[in-house]
Amino acid sequence: MTVIEVMLLLFVGGVLAWLSQRWHSHWPKWIALITCVLSSVLMLPLYYQESTTVLDLAGAPSYWIEYVQYSWIPRFGISLIFALDGLSLMMVSLTLFLGFVAILSSWTEISERPGFFQFNLLWTLAGVIGVFSSLDLFLFFFFWEVMLIPMYFLIAIWGHEQRAYAAMKFFIFTQFSGLLMLVAILTLVLVNADQSGQLTFNYFELVGHNLGSGLSLLVMLGFFIAFVVKLPAFPFHPWLPDAHTQAPTAASVLLAGILLKTGAYGLIRFTVPLFPEASATIAEVAMALGAISIIYGAILAFAQTDFKRLVAYSSVSHMGFVLVGVYAFNAIAMKGAVMQMVAHGFSTAALFMMAGAIQHRIHTRDMTLMGGLWQAMPKMGAVALFFIVASLGMPGLGNFVGEFLVLLGAFASNVTITAIAAIGLITGAIYSLIAMQRVFQGSDSNKRTLSDLDSREFTALIPLILGLIWLGVYPQPVFDLVDPALATLHQVVTGATSQLIGNMP
Amino acid sequence: MADYVFLIPLMPLIGFLLLVGTLGKLPRLWVGLIGAGSIAIAFMLVVLTGLEYLGQADPTPYTVDIYTWMQLAGFTANVSFLIDGLSLTMLSVITGVGFLIHVYSALFMWQDKDYSRFFSYMNLFVAAMLLLVLADNLLVLFVGWEGVGLCSYLLVGFWHEENANGAAARKAFVVTRVGDTAMALGMFLLFVHLGTLDIQAMAAQATQIWQPGDLIVTIACLLLVGGAVGKSAQLPLQTWLPDAMAGPTPVSALIHAATMVTAGVYLIARTHELFLLAPAALLTVAVIGAITLLMAAFAAMAQTDIKRILAYSTISQIGYMFLALGVGAWSSAIFHLMTHAFFKALLFLAAGAVIYSLHHEHNIFRMGGLRKKLPVAFWSFVIGSAALAALPLTSGFYSKDLILLATYHHNAFGGWLLAAGMLGALLTAIYSFRLVFIVFFGEVKTQPDAAAGKLMSIPLMILSLLAIIGGWFTVPVESVFPVAAESDHTGLMPMIIAGVPILGVLLAYLIYLKPVIPISLFTQSALGKQLIAFWYSHWAMDWIYDRLLVKPYCAVAAINRKDIIDWFYNAVADVLRSAHQYSTISQSGQLRTYVAVIAAGLVLTLAVFLGILIP
Repeated sequence: MTVIEVMLLLFVGGVLAWLSQRWHSHWPKWIALITCVLSSVLMLPLYYQESTTVLDLAGAPSYWIEYVQYSWIPRFGISLIFALDGLSLMMVSLTLFLGFVAILSSWTEISERPGFFQFNLLWTLAGVIGVFSSLDLFLFFFFWEVMLIPMYFLIAIWGHEQRAYAAMKFFIFTQFSGLLMLVAILTLVLVNADQSGQLTFNYFELVGHNLGSGLSLLVMLGFFIAFVVKLPAFPFHPWLPDAHTQAPTAASVLLAGILLKTGAYGLIRFTVPLFPEASATIAEVAMALGAISIIYGAILAFAQTDFKRLVAYSSVSHMGFVLVGVYAFNAIAMKGAVMQMVAHGFSTAALFMMAGAIQHRIHTRDMTLMGGLWQAMPKMGAVALFFIVASLGMPGLGNFVGEFLVLLGAFASNVTITAIAAIGLITGAIYSLIAMQRVFQGSDSNKRTLSDLDSREFTALIPLILGLIWLGVYPQPVFDLVDPALATLHQVVTGATSQLIGNMP
Repeated sequence: MADYVFLIPLMPLIGFLLLVGTLGKLPRLWVGLIGAGSIAIAFMLVVLTGLEYLGQADPTPYTVDIYTWMQLAGFTANVSFLIDGLSLTMLSVITGVGFLIHVYSALFMWQDKDYSRFFSYMNLFVAAMLLLVLADNLLVLFVGWEGVGLCSYLLVGFWHEENANGAAARKAFVVTRVGDTAMALGMFLLFVHLGTLDIQAMAAQATQIWQPGDLIVTIACLLLVGGAVGKSAQLPLQTWLPDAMAGPTPVSALIHAATMVTAGVYLIARTHELFLLAPAALLTVAVIGAITLLMAAFAAMAQTDIKRILAYSTISQIGYMFLALGVGAWSSAIFHLMTHAFFKALLFLAAGAVIYSLHHEHNIFRMGGLRKKLPVAFWSFVIGSAALAALPLTSGFYSKDLILLATYHHNAFGGWLLAAGMLGALLTAIYSFRLVFIVFFGEVKTQPDAAAGKLMSIPLMILSLLAIIGGWFTVPVESVFPVAAESDHTGLMPMIIAGVPILGVLLAYLIYLKPVIPISLFTQSALGKQLIAFWYSHWAMDWIYDRLLVKPYCAVAAINRKDIIDWFYNAVADVLRSAHQYSTISQSGQLRTYVAVIAAGLVLTLAVFLGILIP
């Protein structure tokens, strides 16, 4: 069972990295890097593996590349179910890849307690992989919490000026919303046990149940809020700018690149399939929240003077597209949402890395103190230009494919909301280009001499560049990978909601 | 069937990749060779393709499939290239004129420290532009469409140390993106109803399901027009183009005169089957063209910057193309697109030669008498201006003549469109020769350096030739567009159309060279001063947009910089914190307080219970 091996490897690697600190301060990062690469290598064969396990998911066949189930606490119907379909596999791969980028991006930044830092980093990765691969609700909740605590330490210990405030805020927001989800999970399980006489946390047995419309709406909201806080969507986003801004570079990369995606993944995997009808009733509200996030995040991003804060608000804007795509209840928009998750992971991780690289060199994130950095660092300017252009949705790069498909699919569901969301293409250009101007263009009044990107930074950035080009020019492999999983979920949802929302395209 | 068609956009793309990959470390000569050479190869491939296409007894359009970009259930985007008369015309203009401009740039930019960066952007631009005109799918076209927009941004802001250049570049990108967003919505609407974005399949499907004048197709076409007016700098999105002159002059020639800004015209021509189903949208195009061409012509009269005069003339000439599209004179629009590419590229490059010799002097009133010192630039300007003014026997005459005749025959709005076109033609002649007379005649005000080198002169000469004889070419687009009514060259109207530019040149002569007409009576009067300032600011459009959109957006952003939602959560935290503080007051450690509170509590509880038990 590869995914369990990978998680164990990351847990053990984390402990080793922590211990190795006492011998040499450089060992932890090498151990972390090697662990990450090894894990990725372990994952490789899965791409060539057929989806062998076919399980019934509320009447629809679901295809699993890996599936394993062990009994854990049988008295409460809790088991260890780890499973990977195309969607999970892609998210796990993204996690490991961005983990690699994150480790490289913090290569010289961390001097204090490097072992504990790498420990937290690897444990966050392991927790996230658990989230992407558990299909028992209790197990899922367990990993949902596991990934938070090391991330809290990363922000609270190695963060910038206001790290305590930011870490606390991050923790309270996610913990409170996690509590809502726990209540929702328990209600779902208990009511289901009441109705069917079987106490179970098993995803496959819970999908397709019917709680009755009133309760179902409440329970669904428990899941929904937990996930949109994580996403984050307006008006649940305020934790994000602080957490991103204060976190060390590696943690920002992980937060933006993958932790936000656990929210989107949760919506796709749990909220909508578990409560198709209830989700359909709030679809318009959710899409509207997405559209508001797009515009609101973009305007806020434009107003910021802190480079990392600008990128943070741009994440709110970009993840709005995911929310619109998921709740458009349309196969095209859903694929767009998944593509947006991957592409945003790449582009935002890179932008946070650039912000970190700049802060490392000039010791500020304040864009009013920057300007004209192109002269001193033309390579960094060119690379930043690439990622800014990707992030504003330039065709030929991954983000465009995601945003375009989301809007194309959403247009069939709701013209007004789509039209509002499309304004995000304009506001996105405004804040992206102003960032380019403030940081790299104009003239540098301080006439700084700075070292340009070095080979270590290129090692982390070039895969991201190639990845975004690949996603933009030939996204088909990603679609082919996630297609069976999304088709199943779409079938589950349309099967349950066909009477409610008529015939879907 | 030319299987090598995919190489046409690939050549400049390879040039771009080579220049980027070498990180600006190549020697200048190599950079120039790669930059211009890749376009030269692309041009030769276009010529081969064209010869093969036109060599057939009955030229039939064909598509070359490249690969499947995306294939989802319900949505497929194929990258395939369409070769027909329209795309071949565009390809020839882009690679032909593009090559000449690259050669010219090789010398013009020689001194620049970012020589390699310049050519990488230019090559990327040509690649994107070629993709735009080759695409047989609206989404693939959109890739090129946004790509040229990006390159326009990069090249307008090429000298990015100047903040003003960056602002101009951002303005160009954002304003066109407004149009692009409308265009994207148009694509969504078309896709939802037609189920495909392949242009030919869309056309076939549209004529099946829609009747002329149906609401949906009209809205879809108007949204596409939104994209077109953004890219082609037409009302109401034309404000970015004059500012875009901040870029190097060859950029203005290539992007902001010959190729990219005509993409909107191309888009409407390419989707003309849809527009034929939407007569209202088509009429809107004509009206937009007519108003824009007049507005820009007036603005050009008032400018003093040599490049801005040319920029407004470009807006005005594209207005003519829109007018032509709107009245259904499809091939005339494309014909004018081609001749305009020749003479406007010529004018910009000649202006570049003047600016180059005068050390970046842009103000025409600080120039003068350059006729003797810069003969090549002078003759280029005379020929270019003659073609721009549409004097008989120049290329511009043939194309503009067709447009005005078609407008005359079209008859919408009782002749107002024609009147706008005629007045515009008169003004064009006046402002273009105003430029010639002020810059090249009279006394010398700034001594020029030596004239530009041969590498810059040869493209000027070739373009001069094209600006004269370009009118004798025919664009091979008969098979693309519906057959237009044979335009009637008899009667008084053709004579008037030919006469108006001559009258304009004569007026310019009498005003600026032999001051017979006392123009100062007007320009020095209070009303005249205000009007000229008004036209100088292009009818105050920037001012209006600034007040209406830019300032409010910035104000909203500034007010909410701290995020009002965050304030709400902080308020919750504050309430909890003060509740905590107040409740800690009770924990005083004083026994007598505790006893008193317990006693009071007991009494209160007792009272409540008694109140319930004994009503």
